[in-house]
Amino acid sequence: MFTSLKRIIRSGWLSFSRDGGLMTANIFIMAMTISIVSSNFLLKDVSQFLISSIQEKVDISVYFKEEAPEEDILKVQEKIAEIPEIKGVEYISKEKALQSFTERHQDNPILMESLEEVGMNPFLASLNIRAFEANQYQAVTNFLENSNFGNLIEKVDYYQRKPVIEKIFSLTSNLNTFGIIFSIILAIVAILVAFNTIRLAIYNSKEEIKIQRLVGASNLFIRGPFLVQGAMAGVIAALISLLIFSLTSWVLSARVETLFPGLNLFQFFTSNLLTFFLLQLATGIGLGVISSLIAVRRYLKV
Amino acid sequence: MIKFQNISKIYPPNTIALDNISFEVKSKEFVSIVGKSGAGKTTLLKLLLVEEKPSGGRIFFNNQDIQKIEPGRLPELRRKIGAVFQDYKLLPSKTVYENIAYAMEVVGASDSEIIRDVAEVLEIIGLINKTKNFPAQLSGGEKQRVAIARALIHRPEVILADEPTGNLDPYHTLDIIRLLLKINELGTTVILATHNKDTINFLGKRVVTIQEGRIIRDDEKGRFIL
Repeated sequence: MFTSLKRIIRSGWLSFSRDGGLMTANIFIMAMTISIVSSNFLLKDVSQFLISSIQEKVDISVYFKEEAPEEDILKVQEKIAEIPEIKGVEYISKEKALQSFTERHQDNPILMESLEEVGMNPFLASLNIRAFEANQYQAVTNFLENSNFGNLIEKVDYYQRKPVIEKIFSLTSNLNTFGIIFSIILAIVAILVAFNTIRLAIYNSKEEIKIQRLVGASNLFIRGPFLVQGAMAGVIAALISLLIFSLTSWVLSARVETLFPGLNLFQFFTSNLLTFFLLQLATGIGLGVISSLIAVRRYLKV
Repeated sequence: MIKFQNISKIYPPNTIALDNISFEVKSKEFVSIVGKSGAGKTTLLKLLLVEEKPSGGRIFFNNQDIQKIEPGRLPELRRKIGAVFQDYKLLPSKTVYENIAYAMEVVGASDSEIIRDVAEVLEIIGLINKTKNFPAQLSGGEKQRVAIARALIHRPEVILADEPTGNLDPYHTLDIIRLLLKINELGTTVILATHNKDTINFLGKRVVTIQEGRIIRDDEKGRFIL
């Protein structure tokens, strides 16, 4: 058994090294396929990041009446935070609202003057609420308006923001679905191309497989070297695409970060390096071995 | 040991290659099958290797009906038969050495046995200085000698030789025939298909003559008569 295994591996290696041209073509096609599959993986996470950073910006505010005591507002905050669909609730006191307003508009003398004219803090205390999904804001709004502290609430700005919120959420979720479908199609096409290339390469060995059968070689002994060859091509193709990805993400990283702050492509890549490489390796070896297996099978019928 | 029983082979649409052939080959026998090109010699050998299936009749090898062997067990039968094919059937991507060694690897011989036996057989066929050549780099006669070496190296029970001297000069022809005789003396059954008159007359062994798919003669100490 061990001797056969050794012979199969040696034989696979020999045909691999002798079939230079054909193997180069195979490796090239496989490297492309692996790159497409792994860029899907990368793009999925990048788009997830972009989508969530857009969704992050969506929120609603609940403004409380002038006379509402702070401890009641904090109680409401606690209540809302308990709802599982809620991502976060932030309390913005009257003072804080004034402070951020002055900070934001300190260069605008007209606004500042009019603020002084009022002579008091005109802002209302509010709770800033963020939910996981757009459709949950309606429920939150209803909950607030119908609860026993409804009389503390001056207004909820959900109704003003509703169209924008819904548009953003539907856009990003469409983008996500479209991306997934597109990348699946791309991956399927790439896999079929690689599969066909390997099949054609093995077609050349049709006669050889027949001879091996006639000389009395078992199917395993005939198949083995092809599988070894396929796996070797897969490993090399995986290494090549890993190299391509490290280089591109390293080069593009700075540019992408200026475009989308907070998105460091290279760091994302290196932190997922192991998963990434395993994914590439699995794609490569899987492609090589499975296509060889299917292709050789046809010629083993003598 | 080998028994052909009412064997027919018809290639579609209507070429009759073999027509109701029956004969038996005993263990350790040396049988020549002669006939013109297209008489059905090669077909007969293909049937014995289960490369093709007969249209009718049965073939027994050591009392086993070879049509009833499952595909997965066919290698076991084939390892007992060493075949020299008319078109050599060498593995194009393997060197001379690897082609010969392959037959031994297949039967699971150890590495030391392979090194020893292949060197010996290369010496006998006179190709010791071409071990690293690929079949495409050999002449017809050299390929034929490699094919012979591969057929006998793993000491099969039977050697099927289909025109093994077709591309050899008279000098090498005689060598190969002597080699086959020697192997036969050592206890291997030999079935030789040929249309070489001199070879048959030199041998003085059993001759089965086929014409148009039928056996027309079967002589114990035959000569080439057609």
